[in-house]
Amino acid sequence: MRAPELIAELRRLLPADCLLSDVEALRPYECDGLTAYRELPLAVVIPTDVDQICNVMRYCETHGLPVVARGAGTSLSGGARPHKDGIVLSLARFNQILAIDPTNRTARVQPGVRNLAISEAVAHLGLYYAPDPSSQIACSIGGNVAENAGGIHCLKYGLTVHNVLKLEVVLTNGQRVTLGGDTPDTPGYDLLALLNGSEGMLGIVTEVTVRLLPRPVTAQALLAVFDEVTQAGDAVAAVIASGIVPAGLEMMDNLAIRAAEEFAACGYPVDAAFILICELDGTESEVSQQVERVTGLFLEKGAREVRISRSEDERLKFWSGRKNAFPAVGRISPDYYCIDGTIPRKQLGNVLKGIASLSEQYGLRVANVFHAGDGNLHPLILYDASQPDEFRRTEELGGQILELCVHAGGTITGEHGVGVEKLNQMCVQFSEPELQQFHALKNAFDPRGVLNPGKAVPTLARCAEFNAMHVHAGQLPLPEIERF
Amino acid sequence: MRCTFMRANSRSQRSSGFDATELMGVADWSERLVERIREANALGTPLRITGGDTKHFLGRQPRGEQVDVSGHTGVLSYEPTELVVTVRAGTPIAEVQAMLNGSGQCLAFEPPDFGSAATIGGIVASGLSGPCRPYLGSVRDFVLGVTCVNGSGEWLHFGGQVMKNVAGYDVSRLMVGAMGTLGAILDVSFKVLPVPEAEQTRVYEVSEDIAIAKMNEWAAQPLPLSAACYLTNELRIRLSGTEAGVAAAVRDLGGAQDPAGSLFWRALREQQLPFFESTDVLWRLAVPPATPPLGLPGDTLLDWGGAQRWLSSRQGDEAIRAAVQAVGGHATRFRGGDRSLSVFHPLAPGLATLHRNLKNAFDPAGILNPGRLYEEI
Repeated sequence: MRAPELIAELRRLLPADCLLSDVEALRPYECDGLTAYRELPLAVVIPTDVDQICNVMRYCETHGLPVVARGAGTSLSGGARPHKDGIVLSLARFNQILAIDPTNRTARVQPGVRNLAISEAVAHLGLYYAPDPSSQIACSIGGNVAENAGGIHCLKYGLTVHNVLKLEVVLTNGQRVTLGGDTPDTPGYDLLALLNGSEGMLGIVTEVTVRLLPRPVTAQALLAVFDEVTQAGDAVAAVIASGIVPAGLEMMDNLAIRAAEEFAACGYPVDAAFILICELDGTESEVSQQVERVTGLFLEKGAREVRISRSEDERLKFWSGRKNAFPAVGRISPDYYCIDGTIPRKQLGNVLKGIASLSEQYGLRVANVFHAGDGNLHPLILYDASQPDEFRRTEELGGQILELCVHAGGTITGEHGVGVEKLNQMCVQFSEPELQQFHALKNAFDPRGVLNPGKAVPTLARCAEFNAMHVHAGQLPLPEIERF
Repeated sequence: MRCTFMRANSRSQRSSGFDATELMGVADWSERLVERIREANALGTPLRITGGDTKHFLGRQPRGEQVDVSGHTGVLSYEPTELVVTVRAGTPIAEVQAMLNGSGQCLAFEPPDFGSAATIGGIVASGLSGPCRPYLGSVRDFVLGVTCVNGSGEWLHFGGQVMKNVAGYDVSRLMVGAMGTLGAILDVSFKVLPVPEAEQTRVYEVSEDIAIAKMNEWAAQPLPLSAACYLTNELRIRLSGTEAGVAAAVRDLGGAQDPAGSLFWRALREQQLPFFESTDVLWRLAVPPATPPLGLPGDTLLDWGGAQRWLSSRQGDEAIRAAVQAVGGHATRFRGGDRSLSVFHPLAPGLATLHRNLKNAFDPAGILNPGRLYEEI
C-alpha cells in the first residue's frame, strides 16, 4: 500500500491529533536509544484509547502493514526502530497510573508510565517497584515489559518478569486479552512470562499491573578497590558463597572509573584497576552485620581499600558514578556502543582478557561496566562515527564480544534485547530448530507477521548466510583469541 | 560446561518405558527419547510422559502410551558461587535439595514432593511451589533454562545458566506448568539461594478475617516473612533470614513460638496435615491475597498469605468457579471429582485460541500429554 492511501485510511480510524505523517514530525521517531540505526516510518499513530489501538491493529493486520510499538524510545537494541513500510504505534499518551492497591500491594498503570514514576507514586506507602534499569527516569513500563528490563537491584529483587502480575494486551487481530492476574498465577500456559522480553513481537501491551515491595528499612553501600581482576572476581564469588545476597553488586574497570569520576565527581579512586560497589539492605542490625562480613571478605580477597557509606548521601554518591557511567563515557568519546552479554561469573577474568585483546586488535577502546552479581557485562566500545569505517569495526568488535560470551557459557543479551543489532549473534547462540521454534511461537500470536517484523529472531536464510561467511573453512575469525 | 558432579542413569530399581535404557549412555538416552517422539509424531500416537508419577492425580485424566523419563538422572553442573544448578529431569527433587543443602543452598521455591520419587521434570511441568511462594517466588521465577524435545522430536535448548538472559522468547518459563503438553523436559537450570541462617514460626489465635488482614499488613512491611498460613483459628507465620533480622521481627510481631514450626510447613507443603485427609474434593483457589473470606461451603485453609486457599468441599464445580471468578480468582479441582471434565479453570475465549495456536506450534500432531491440561490441547 502506498503512503498516501495508508494515511487517508488511518485518518478515518483516528482523530487528527493522533496521527503524524509529515517528515519533520516523523523525524524524532526515526531511532531509539540505539541511534546508529535509523529509519523513517510511513506514519506515527499516537492513540488515546484502547479501542483506537484495536482498530489500528485490525487494519494493519488486514493489510499486512508492519507495526512497531514504542514507549519512551530508550531501547538500546533498536527494538523501537521503525519499519520503513509501516507505522510506529506510540503509547506516549497512555501515561496514567490507574490504581494503587496498598492492601494487595499492586499498582495498575498504563504502559507509557515511567518506571521511576511508579515508585514515586507509592513512596508514601513505604512501597516501591523494584526493577530499576539505568534509564528509569525516562524509560516506560511498557518498554520494560517488552525487554524484560533488569537493573542494579535485580540480583536480589528480580527482573521485570518477576515483578509484573498482569498485562492487558491487544493482539494483532484487534482482540483484547488479559495475561496473568491479580492472583499469584493463572490457569494454562504462562503467557505472562512469555510476553516479558518478547520485544513487541507478540502483542501491544495496553495496561500493566505491577507488584509493589516494602522498602527496606535501611541500605548501606561498600566501595572496594582492587588491583587485579582475579581479586575482584574472587571477592564477588566469596560474597555469594557466604550466603549473602546483596541488593546490588557492581564492578567497573579503570577506564569506566576515570570517566565516571570526571563526570560525577563521586570520589572514585582513579588509579584503581577495578572497583566493586556492593549494596546491602534490610533491618539496621542485619545490614551492620552483613557490612562487617562483606568488608572482611573483600579485604581477605585482596582489596586495597574498602569504603563504607556512613550516610544516605554517601551511599548515593557511591552509586552516582555507576549510575552515570554511560553518559560519563559519552563525554570521553564522540560516540560509544553499549554491549550487553551475560556470562557465568567465574568466566569474568577470561572474558575481560578476551575483550582486552579484541580491543587492541580493533584499535578501539573499551570501558567495562558490569552487573557483577548476576554476570551481566556492559562493555562500552568508544568510537567516532565521523571516522570512515569506525562504526563498522565497532559493530564487528561488539559481535565478537558477544560471541565470546556465548562461548563462555553465557548469552548475547542479558537485559537490552536482541532488537536489530544482535540478529547475527542469535545465529551463534541458537540452532536452526530452535530458531524455527521461535518463529512458530511468533506465528501463534501474529500469523501475518505485522508486529516489529525483522527484529529479535533472525530468519534461517540470514543465519545460513552469516554462518557461511563467519566460519570460513572451519576457522573462526581471530583464532588466536581463546574460546572457552 | 564443566561437570562438577555427574551421575548418569545409576538408578536401576525404577521401571522404565524404554527397554535397556539403563545400560545406555546419556546421549543414547535422549536420542531414544527423540526417536520415540518422532515415531509417535509420525503415527499420531498420544504419549503420557512421566517422571516419578507422584502427581498422577493432577490435571485431567492422562492418556497415551507411557514414556518414563525417571531414568534420566544426574546433576549436570553445580557451582555454589554461581547460584546455579543444572539437573536432568528424572533426578529426584529430594536428592537435589540434599546436595544443595550440603553447600548451604536450596531450591527456594520449596517444591512439594507428594512422594519421594518426585522428579525435577515433574516439578517444572506441574509448576507447583511451596509455602514461601509469595515472598521468594515460584518455580517459574527460578527457572533459568530448559532443554526439551518438542512434539516433532526436535532437541531444543532455551534460556541458559545465567541470571539474566533475554535472547529469544522465554520458552523455559513457558514450560513451567504446561503439564508436559509443549515438550518433554530433558534438563533444567535453576537459580538457587542460600538457606536462611535462622528461621522461626510464630502462631496467633485469630479469626479468618483478622488473619487475612494481618497477613497482608505484614507483607507490606520490610519483614523477613517466608510463609503465612491460616487454619482453624490459628495464624502461623514463618520468619527466615539472618539471626538479627529474625530476632528483630519476633520482637515486633509478638505471638507465640511454634517449636514444631518446620514440621508444620513441611506437612502443609506435602498436604499431610489432617485438613487434607478429607474425602471431599480438594480445590485450589488462587485469589488476590487480601480477598475477604469466601464463605464457600466446606473447610478452608489459607496459604500464601491469603492468595492460595485450599477448599475441601462437596459443592458443585460451577458454583465454586463462579464464586472465585467473581473475586478475580481461579479454581483448580486439585484432587478428586470427574477428571474427564475441566480440572483447571476454563480459559477466556481469546486465551483458549492462543493456547491452541501455541500447542500447535510446539506439538503439531498433539501427541504430548494430550488433554491433561485442557481437553483441546
